[in-house]
Amino acid sequence: MNMNEISNIARRDFFKTTGALVISIALPGSIESALSQSPSGKPPLLPDELDSWIAILPNGNATAYFGKMDMGQGVDVAVQQIVAEELDLAFERVNVIMGDTALTCNQGGASGSTGLQMGGMALRNAAAEARRVLVERAAQKLGVAADQLRVENGVVMSGSQRITYSDLIGGQYFHHKLEWNKQYGNPLKVQGKATLKKPSEYKVVGKPFPQAVITEKVMGRQKFITDITVPGMVHARVVRPLNAGCALVAVDENSIKHIASARVVREQNFLAVVADKEWDAVRASEALKVKWSPQCNPFPPMATLHDYIRKASFTKKETPVNRGDVDEAFKTAAKTIVAEYEWPLQSHASMGPACAIADMNGDTPRLWTGSQKPHYGRSGCARITGIPLEKMRSTWVPGPGSYGRNEAGDCAADAALISKAIGKPVRLQYMRHDATAWDPKGPAGVYRGRAALDAAGNVAAYDFFAKGFTRQDVATTEADPKDTLAGQFTRFAPKGTLIFQIPAEAYTFENKRCGWETIPAMLERGSPLRTGHFRDPLGPETHFASESFIDEVAAAANADPVAFRLKYLTRERDVAVIKAAAQKANWKSNERGSRGKGNLMRGRGFAYTERNGTVVALVAEVEVERKTGRVWAKKFWCAHDCGQIINPGTILTVIEGNIVQAISRTLLEEVKFDQNQVLSVDWATYPILELADTPESIEIALIDRPEMSPQGAGEPSHRTVPAAIANAIFDATGIRMRKVPITPQRMREALARA
Amino acid sequence: MAEKFSFVVDGKSVAVEAEPAMPLLYALRSELGLTNPKFGCGKAQCGACTVHVDGAPMRSCVTPVSLIKGKRVTTLAGLGTAEKPHPLQQAYIDEGVPQCGFCLSGWLMTAAAFLRNNPKPTDAQIRQAMTGIKCRCGTHMAIMRAIKRAAQTLSA
Ligand code: FES
Ligand code: FES
Repeated sequence: MNMNEISNIARRDFFKTTGALVISIALPGSIESALSQSPSGKPPLLPDELDSWIAILPNGNATAYFGKMDMGQGVDVAVQQIVAEELDLAFERVNVIMGDTALTCNQGGASGSTGLQMGGMALRNAAAEARRVLVERAAQKLGVAADQLRVENGVVMSGSQRITYSDLIGGQYFHHKLEWNKQYGNPLKVQGKATLKKPSEYKVVGKPFPQAVITEKVMGRQKFITDITVPGMVHARVVRPLNAGCALVAVDENSIKHIASARVVREQNFLAVVADKEWDAVRASEALKVKWSPQCNPFPPMATLHDYIRKASFTKKETPVNRGDVDEAFKTAAKTIVAEYEWPLQSHASMGPACAIADMNGDTPRLWTGSQKPHYGRSGCARITGIPLEKMRSTWVPGPGSYGRNEAGDCAADAALISKAIGKPVRLQYMRHDATAWDPKGPAGVYRGRAALDAAGNVAAYDFFAKGFTRQDVATTEADPKDTLAGQFTRFAPKGTLIFQIPAEAYTFENKRCGWETIPAMLERGSPLRTGHFRDPLGPETHFASESFIDEVAAAANADPVAFRLKYLTRERDVAVIKAAAQKANWKSNERGSRGKGNLMRGRGFAYTERNGTVVALVAEVEVERKTGRVWAKKFWCAHDCGQIINPGTILTVIEGNIVQAISRTLLEEVKFDQNQVLSVDWATYPILELADTPESIEIALIDRPEMSPQGAGEPSHRTVPAAIANAIFDATGIRMRKVPITPQRMREALARA
Repeated sequence: MAEKFSFVVDGKSVAVEAEPAMPLLYALRSELGLTNPKFGCGKAQCGACTVHVDGAPMRSCVTPVSLIKGKRVTTLAGLGTAEKPHPLQQAYIDEGVPQCGFCLSGWLMTAAAFLRNNPKPTDAQIRQAMTGIKCRCGTHMAIMRAIKRAAQTLSA
């Protein structure tokens, strides 16, 4: 399918009178023609214009322009529900367009599960304001006071009088201003004068709605970023340095002469091949002979990584929590507990390596990207090519799930660089190793917990300290070439942001200190081990340590893990979520697991975490096989409070996905490397959870808080998993596993030592 | 040297001119524009490229196009029709399985062939049969439910 066909399909669907097109890759032409009756033209695409958010089509249906996007978790469906609700239109009559810089405002792309928490609010306010404006117009037309009117599915009525949205504005612009906080990205806020609906009035929000796109995917009809073509495009593959940190010395172009149309694209240390046919580009990338500068051993031996972190000097240090007098309290402790935890480097390892199409030529240079930040991708491509930003258009096309800043951001900049160099549209798809070995990594770290108990077993002091690589060697977006490999391999010096994390919890220990230190990157420029945001950045890492440690302290105090946590938590939502999980799992305080007895050992573990206003509690049940060391995370009971629930249908599968991916990270995932290169290059060298090791059951209790705003459900349950598993392993074996991943080999070794 | 290879995909006769060693995946995706099998690894490690060749699941990323000459290839798009989705596809829709959906060919094509030969599988058999198929979004729980649901439909 080429892009012209896509635009035709979008056009067709745009004019459909019924049925919503959930994902649209529309061109502005279609919008313009649908709204052509407007006398004064389209207002500029600015957040303070209502027309930037909501359009009422000639048939009275609505289009919502969402400047974030859905990464397969149904955020678009929730936005569709929200807009339908506030506009008083049937769900099916709302269409959501996402992630096109020519059609949507920059709301930050998919980011930190803020889709609804932040992104949805703008649409909610805009839709409510649109309804208010429409009702006011109807009041004038009908000669009835606005507060005497009600709306049902786009029909405004009072007694027997009625007028439709279509009659009122269909196909025309609102030309109506909103209040805007002058920010772009995640913090963008807009507001009108309308009053939002009360939860008790909801008809659409809070009900389960299917994602129509699921059918498209399952039937093999969905077009991904990897599946589109543009006329005249050529295929590209990148060639990364064999050893990290090496410079490009020479390229033997003759080595690919036998491949028709293949040629080399080179700029400083950036290297790629292009060819007319995709397979030829692949072959050329494999055949190309390249001379790189000698190995420079930028990395420590992998086995010493965590000692390397312990010994490294720090680049930044913060102590966000420092309450009471921790050091003083330790002096009089009846009992002191100390433990250290280690987390490895991990890869996004997206299902498909990234792909992008760039045409940096002509009047409107274009980028098609699967990255979750198309607005920022546009800026990055403009900067690296020197093309003025205003000329450029970037369009998001769904890609393989990315879970943060994966290699998709690098791919877009690479494609732009190649397209500019050869003057043609370029489709660049990465190979598996370009994704697993070269994506930005989730950071490794060392975490230390210390606690003092008094004679009665109360926590007298609590001290938590995290040290590791920053979570942002590259920024969360690809807006600046310094944050992409294309930039770093050419003329842009990297500059990371130093940021780490402490646990998100609310334990009320009187003397409490939580701090962190970041350490320098092992290799500054063009590193395959550079860090970037990966699914709930630092969430599983930090809370594996903190919630494992709480369990150790509870055990030292001879307390039940659930009762111990409740003793130190006072916030109502924390308490409620913990009680709900314990109840769901039928948790019994006097029950113990196998504690090291037998061949197939069973145990249960508990963990509780918070993330940006969402609280989660989780019980895990594991089976540990003595002979093989296999840990089967067999059952989970999860209680989940993310404020208001928009679509209870999709939330459950989203939570399941979070839990399953976290099991994989806890039990299997670790990026392997030697001193010069990453050795995790594919699924054999970076295994993830198989169906054979999938839990038998995950039971979820959703706590709905319709009086609150939605707090995000895309990630919070992810961070609760590692400690719940580790604590269950303790209950099963009596052994504290303090190093992730808890592979069968590590488990076997630990059992042999015990 | 490029040669011409003729075969049938989703019921239609096709021909591609290619190096004999070129994987079937590239013939389907780049030469024929049939993009529902995906490139996930190119190493037979993930399943994203799975198609049926004469009814048996094959990883098209490592299957030379020369081996397909004269054979019948079925892709995910040819597994069922819009009017009559394959029971597995229907089960996937009913269970709302996919997140990104990039992995679907692996699961659906492998499971379809598996259920044909094992109409009443146990949980353990399903888990075993799907070895080597990847889903990074972690939709495993829903996959299990969908395969079991489809098995019920198929053996009803
Ligand atoms: S792409 Fe063929 S198995 Fe992964
Ligand atoms: S749904 Fe994304 S990889 Fe399976």
